Amino acid sequence: MVRSSIVTLYITSQSFPYTHSHYQLLSITIIPTKMSSEASTITSEPPTTAVVSIGSLSTNDTELTLGLPGGNSRKSGAKRTFSVTTDLKLGGTDRSSLECSVVRRSPSSKEQVVGWPPVRSYRKNMAKSGCKYVKVAVDGAPYLRKVDLELYSGYQQLLSSFEDMFSCFAINNVMEEMKLMDPVNGTEYVPTYEDKDGDLMLVGDVPWKMFVESCKRIRLMKNSEAGSSGMYKSQLT
Amino acid sequence: MDPAATGVTVAGTGADPAKTTMFPEEFLKRTFSLINSDKDRNSVSLVCKDWYNVERMSRRHVSIRNCYSVSPEIVTARFPAIRSVTLKGKPRFSDFNLVPDDWGADVQPWLNVFATAYPFLEELRLKRMAVSDESLEFLALNFDDFKALSMLSCEGFSTLGLEAIATHCKNLTELDIQENGIDDLGGDWLSYFPENLTSLEVLNFSTLTSEVSFDALESLVSRCKSLRVLKVNRKINLEQLGKLLVLAPQLIELGTGTFLEELVSGSVNGLENAFSKCGNLVTLSSFWDATLLHLPVVYPVCGNLTFLNLSYANIGPDELEQILSRSKRLVRLWVVDTVGDKGLEAVGSHCPLLEELRVFPVDPFDQQLGVTDSGLVAVSKGCPKLHYILYFCQRMTNAAVITVAQNCPNFTHFRLCIMNPSEPDYLTNEPMDEAFGAIVKTCTKLQRLSVSGLLTDLAFEYIGRYAKNLETLSVAFAGDSDLGMEYVMRGCPKLKRVEIRDCPFGDSALLSGLTQYESMRSLWMSDCNVTMDGCKKLAEEMSWLNVEVIKDEGGDDRLANKVYVYRTVAGPRKDAPPFVVTL
Repeated sequence: MVRSSIVTLYITSQSFPYTHSHYQLLSITIIPTKMSSEASTITSEPPTTAVVSIGSLSTNDTELTLGLPGGNSRKSGAKRTFSVTTDLKLGGTDRSSLECSVVRRSPSSKEQVVGWPPVRSYRKNMAKSGCKYVKVAVDGAPYLRKVDLELYSGYQQLLSSFEDMFSCFAINNVMEEMKLMDPVNGTEYVPTYEDKDGDLMLVGDVPWKMFVESCKRIRLMKNSEAGSSGMYKSQLT
Repeated sequence: MDPAATGVTVAGTGADPAKTTMFPEEFLKRTFSLINSDKDRNSVSLVCKDWYNVERMSRRHVSIRNCYSVSPEIVTARFPAIRSVTLKGKPRFSDFNLVPDDWGADVQPWLNVFATAYPFLEELRLKRMAVSDESLEFLALNFDDFKALSMLSCEGFSTLGLEAIATHCKNLTELDIQENGIDDLGGDWLSYFPENLTSLEVLNFSTLTSEVSFDALESLVSRCKSLRVLKVNRKINLEQLGKLLVLAPQLIELGTGTFLEELVSGSVNGLENAFSKCGNLVTLSSFWDATLLHLPVVYPVCGNLTFLNLSYANIGPDELEQILSRSKRLVRLWVVDTVGDKGLEAVGSHCPLLEELRVFPVDPFDQQLGVTDSGLVAVSKGCPKLHYILYFCQRMTNAAVITVAQNCPNFTHFRLCIMNPSEPDYLTNEPMDEAFGAIVKTCTKLQRLSVSGLLTDLAFEYIGRYAKNLETLSVAFAGDSDLGMEYVMRGCPKLKRVEIRDCPFGDSALLSGLTQYESMRSLWMSDCNVTMDGCKKLAEEMSWLNVEVIKDEGGDDRLANKVYVYRTVAGPRKDAPPFVVTL
């Protein structure tokens, strides 16, 4: 089934540092954006983002040009950001990034200059969110793992990492419930977590960001136990 | 009796009036012991040999601002009685990843010499040094009187090193770990402080990322009655902070933990109460994740604050307004550009005593607007005492900076970072020459200047002509030709530290500073047009300079991509890694 995804096209310009000439970098990258917070979209294709980077637009130039810069006597261009939303029909799990024609003039141009702006690493790292490590326990496994929830943008990614970590698992998305299955013996595991209040919750109920904030530890619970603990009863009500 | 031995010549006994009156050594000693400023002591030591000797024997603190300018042996030979050392290592641009790993500035060789020469060493303050866990352990084990350790922007150690310090330093009064490249292995280093350690006065672990044992922290705070500075990390929540405040109402400086969790209403009152009992608090910092929900707990102390560091808190203009309207005595303020121009207007309205403002970018690579020229102008209007500014922005105008210079003629530190390299005045599209021209013309006391934006040689002509008190200059992506740098090197007599990157300055510019380098601490030039030949020439002319080239992988062998020039009495480095070539 071909799903159409909303694609947001960000067009940014970036000027380059070398004062003797200026460069144009053109690339179109299609990358997955963050998952929407609605639980119901977990099983749908993630929306993707196309990023188009063009260098050295002059302040008066509102048109996109694919050609090399010309007639611009200033040493480097000003920044300009545009944002255009279009519908792209992308089939399948199109999470790969596509890069189209890259036009570069400088032998050593960089998209982001090393060490600029002059901000210490500690501050730069704070711009990315702090890490949120939580323990992951699997019923029956002798030792626990730890994951940094900040590294993931959504539930699907988190489950994939479980797949990788506990290589016996395969994600089994049935009826919008997330489960992991051990194909060897068919045991199903339900991802649960303990939240700030100490309650046992089902992974996937709340928006991803809220989950990241409130999750204290994760437990992959054997389905049999999940059933008896009444987890699914609450689902039916 | 030989007058020189006693150091006394009695004047008025018919002795030759042309003879200098000498003071008794004891008198000199006592007088000099009251002189604490390094600058003054340096001056004193130049008067005459006797004064030099008395001064050096009585000096207790030495500041080595470039660890390669002198060797530990020379330092210990001259100053035998040192108790406190400040040691700075790597060039400042190493903070921004321009200096390769393993460049040097290892503290261990210093510790080795100090262990014999200064067994009574009490304080060590390190900045941009390479510090290993072994070094920290060595420090902890070899200096019985050791009291104060402060590390800023150092790297190479982990929390294991902190464990060693906590375990062995029985008289520790200060542990200040800030913005270091530390390997945070967790492991509860705080619990290693022995139960009988009660001497701690300063504890700052705000930039460590892992959890510490709260029980250990609580116990430590409770038994260290002289604690005056406490800065916890992000893992400590508000409720825990409250408990700590109750135990330490005598605090003068506090760094909070996170404001993230929701508090029960009873807790909020308790926390406000705890803050209100802290009558001595003048500095507040950290404020991670702060929102208007719980910011009010600090309101009771705002009226006394002189330094407010909100640079880890991504708050908006409304939150800032709320705090500032209650903090009329602020002298220093650090914020993030999420406060926007509106927030800076609040600064202008509420902080008439403000002398220092730093505005950091929330996300250096984000294109969002942050603060602009109008915010800067608003602050300058309302804060005439402003003399230190660090300002990261996306865009600026000449007119705005000219206005700022007129409003605040007392700038000593003007550091403007327009984040897009070579960005012109966004209204007129002209270079930013006039902006910095106005600053150097009007602010005659200017000591430190960081320039940015599109700049021609004219800007540097202005600097060379007017910035006669300039000591530190940082330049990036600016200038047209060698002339630019030449103007500065020839025109600014008091230069101490010059750092330049990505500018079209070449050998001629490098060599124009010949007369200056002797009195300068250091020069850094990277990604300019300097060649190996130029560097060799400089090295030949000046034998007491170390002219070091950091070789890049690949690249043209004739170019000197990264050059670090500094005066030294220690000769060429003996510990230089293979990629550092001394010419």
